[in-house]
Amino acid sequence: MTATAEPEIGRARLRKEDARLITGQTTWTDNLQLTGMLHMAVLRSPIAHARITNIDVSRATSMPGVAVVLTGEDFAAEQGSLPCAWPITEDMKAPPAPALAVGQVNFAGEAVALVIADSAYRAADALEAIDIDYDELPVVLDMEEALQDNDLVHADLGTNKCATWIFDSAEAGAGTNVEDEIASAEVVIERTFKQQRLIPAFMEPRSVVVAPAAGMYTVWSATQIPHILRWMLSAVTGIAEHKLRVIAPDVGGGFGGKLQVTPEEVLCLLVARRMGRPVKWTESRTESMLSAHHGRDQIQKLTLAARRDGTVTGLKVELLADMGAYLRLVTPGVPILGAFMFNSIYKFAAYRFVCTNVFTNKVPTDAYRGAGRPEATFAIERMMDELAVELGMEPMKIRELNWIKHEEFPFNTVAGLTYDSGNYEAATARAMELFGYEELREEQARRRAAGSVVQLGIGISTYTEMCGLAPSRVLGALRYAAGGWETASIRMLPTGKVEVITGTSPHGQGHETVWSQIVADRLGVPFEDVEVLHGDTATSHKGMDSYGSRSLAVGGTALVHAAEKVLAKARTLAAHMMECDESDVEFAAGSFSVRGTSTVRTLGDVVLAAHVAHDLPEGMEPGMDADATFDPDNFSFPHGTHLCATEVDTETGMVRISRYVAVDDVGTVMNPLIVDGQVHGGLAQGIAQALYEEATHDEMGTLTTATFADYLVPSAADLPAFLTDRTTTPATSNPLGAKGVGEAGTIASTPAVVNSVLDAVRHLGVRDIEMPMSPERVWTALQGRPDEGAGEVAAGGLGSIDAQGGQS
Amino acid sequence: MIPAEFKYLFPSTVDEAVRMLAEEGEDAKVIAGGQSLVPVLRMRLAAPTALIDIGGLTELTGVRDDGDSLLIGAMTTHYEVQRDHLIHDHALLLKLVTDTVADPQIRHRGTFGGSLCHADPAGDLLAPALALDAVMIIAGPGGRREVPASEFFVDYFTTALAPDEILIDVRVPKFTGWGAHYEKLNRVAQAWSIVAVAAAVQVSGGAISAARVGLTNVGSGPLRAFEVEAALVGQPASAEVISEAALRASAGDGYKDNLARVLTGRALTAAVAG
Repeated sequence: MTATAEPEIGRARLRKEDARLITGQTTWTDNLQLTGMLHMAVLRSPIAHARITNIDVSRATSMPGVAVVLTGEDFAAEQGSLPCAWPITEDMKAPPAPALAVGQVNFAGEAVALVIADSAYRAADALEAIDIDYDELPVVLDMEEALQDNDLVHADLGTNKCATWIFDSAEAGAGTNVEDEIASAEVVIERTFKQQRLIPAFMEPRSVVVAPAAGMYTVWSATQIPHILRWMLSAVTGIAEHKLRVIAPDVGGGFGGKLQVTPEEVLCLLVARRMGRPVKWTESRTESMLSAHHGRDQIQKLTLAARRDGTVTGLKVELLADMGAYLRLVTPGVPILGAFMFNSIYKFAAYRFVCTNVFTNKVPTDAYRGAGRPEATFAIERMMDELAVELGMEPMKIRELNWIKHEEFPFNTVAGLTYDSGNYEAATARAMELFGYEELREEQARRRAAGSVVQLGIGISTYTEMCGLAPSRVLGALRYAAGGWETASIRMLPTGKVEVITGTSPHGQGHETVWSQIVADRLGVPFEDVEVLHGDTATSHKGMDSYGSRSLAVGGTALVHAAEKVLAKARTLAAHMMECDESDVEFAAGSFSVRGTSTVRTLGDVVLAAHVAHDLPEGMEPGMDADATFDPDNFSFPHGTHLCATEVDTETGMVRISRYVAVDDVGTVMNPLIVDGQVHGGLAQGIAQALYEEATHDEMGTLTTATFADYLVPSAADLPAFLTDRTTTPATSNPLGAKGVGEAGTIASTPAVVNSVLDAVRHLGVRDIEMPMSPERVWTALQGRPDEGAGEVAAGGLGSIDAQGGQS
Repeated sequence: MIPAEFKYLFPSTVDEAVRMLAEEGEDAKVIAGGQSLVPVLRMRLAAPTALIDIGGLTELTGVRDDGDSLLIGAMTTHYEVQRDHLIHDHALLLKLVTDTVADPQIRHRGTFGGSLCHADPAGDLLAPALALDAVMIIAGPGGRREVPASEFFVDYFTTALAPDEILIDVRVPKFTGWGAHYEKLNRVAQAWSIVAVAAAVQVSGGAISAARVGLTNVGSGPLRAFEVEAALVGQPASAEVISEAALRASAGDGYKDNLARVLTGRALTAAVAG
């Protein structure tokens, strides 16, 4: 065994998983074909709120190939309630959440009946033959109206208010009283922002296969969370956990959208148990958009108190957060994750956060890339610009005046967190230099003076995020039902090859590559000699899965600890083999040696000796495997400065990003190629919120953006070449120095774009434009007309076909 | 998503296709490149009882020189239109418009004739077909007939094609040496136009001798901007003339009206320059 020539950590390796992913050599869940497999199709309510008065399945049942048609009544006794793992307050209202509606539907897209047939085609055909009578109820869509409680989503709850969650810096002892600061402020700025509803548009649709075998159930699911899913499926259905095996095979994206225990997962399991045969369900894109959880959807009321010199003294945040019709896995907690981030990188004296969660007749919301933190970052970065405008100050100066200086770390924030490290000055200086900030300001001035049709705007977003979810004790304090640790195992095979088992569950991130790099460096084995196993509860029996930029900071650390255990044991055995004192053993480049001699044993020699166990030290167990579980003491806090230049066509309202610079500090980088990829994808999603994506409903509560013709996901053709760079301030909370990078781009970019567009047109009298900043909205704002929001012009396409009632 | 059950037929001649269409009745549908029809089938927005796939009718592909005009086979793909030298030389506007249609995959499958028959008012090819006085050559049980574009596009997703007819060729007069431009505003690259303007201009001796302007997605079908054209002909090819003429693209004060005017001005400016 030889050592790798250059350190693996920091090396821009191509991802080892990509070859199979992009050449059709993997098995996605939908590719599974099992003998005797049945296919499940789901009939979904076309109505947002109604009592189900009758379901007639007789026609559907007699159709060719149909095994059975099932309704909520059939499962009423066994389906339980879909889990919500985050009851944020003691008095939170949580309605029962059946996988299949029983008696009432509460959002358009809710599952009301199942067809189980011998092919997916026949199952889909029979859906059309199910007759359901609905008695329509008033539809609750608007959060502010919902809080009037005139019409109720869940009559039994007596209110549409789910919960109110409060953080107050004065009460927490983390700062002063915000009302005092507002009362004594020289400047008070109040603004209301809308975080539109988004749909996590993962590439691989959700898919589930369940195979029953003699009381055991194997569940394949395109999920981010196989371990949590196993636990929750057991809790919901009563099937003993040790009789469930959950496998997340290669999974094609999630972005939080697959951080869920879905109705269809529960139903496939129940159907497989009932039928004694394997069952598959794979959704269509429209089904995904109608029923998989959505993201964002908040109304943010902000009050910022400041002095005339630009010092911010207090921030009050009053949120309304749309839960949709039910509480899914972490629905109520998503806005709470933002509670700690509204103060961002700044030193505010006072802070108060009040979030009211509201039920409406819409698809439930839940985690979507950033989950609470993009909303918070957007709000504060917009407010810092508003303050700069109010005071006539340069927006970067306002930020600089208020941010935590690099020598002030570790820093206890007004929201009660301790930021371990950071250097906002360095990231900002690098970003300004790459961007050509001064030159662009000059160009902007020229265009303004000339009254150019295309105006230039510059937008700033300085951000931090809490990543590495999460210290278990903090999750406990927040009433979250699980812990935040992660686990890893290393199996040293007799030939010297290495198997790594991780409790993280990659779905596009590249863990196989990076975990291999970490192990190769730590153990001095070739990168190619490491295989990473994940996503199968039979091989990795415990784990907390992947979300919240946690996998490397928490799971990678567990892996480092496992490697340390392997080396510790190997060192003891090596000393025994070389007949020396353990303190004289040195380890370098994959070999043990006796200090000052030429005696050497490679790790492979030692592993083999451990495996054959012919001559082990007294009391040593055979084998050279190790497990480690790591529970972080603190979050990690990536930060950075993003700068965005936009060109706004004042005649058409079209926005084009002309330059985008992202300088991120994500701590020590394991693989720069993967980090760049995460940043690029994150930027695309954050920019999409600013400019393109929005889930909209008609007044009946029907989703009007249920295809990719109507829900505009940008492609590479719509995005600029990103200029990315990094500063490196290692995290102090883990031995890798890693902070996490999965969400940074999304969190930072939305306000950078919006600030930039407003900066381009503010001198023309525009104060705000709602997201997404469509050309029509921008043009309407430029005409000085009120934005009527829903009055978007049809841009043609499939949506317009539907609206026109069919085609020729 | 899964379409409803249908019968699939694969004729080898136009006459056979026409016969099949007659036999299968009103609920049969011709499928060309399938780039509009297949999504509609998969979403079950349409459920034809039979699909007659004219993908095997090689006689319907390609562009031919027919003296004063070009004949474009209905099954010619967008990709082929983009690269055809006859189109480039004599109907440059069609090439420039086709360059903006959807994405490369769709342009390899989607067809010139299929787009016209689908008659999506946001479809890119309708406005230039109208502006260039294209003529649809249609096969039906009674033989062939010709319908000018001005009569072919009837309403949203509705054409003058009878249920038992098939578009086989499109005759486009030659516009040799004309400048052309397609100014399209869409939110993302693969999205349909909010509004787009197709312009072709003949300039001689610094003056505009002829002009054609078609508007995409402003009405229930493509619109020809006759007033704009009239304001240009005989005038110098100047910025002033173009700006004044472009104001006649629409009279309203809505967003799309504004786009019609702005994009017409831009399309004409580029067409004159090019």
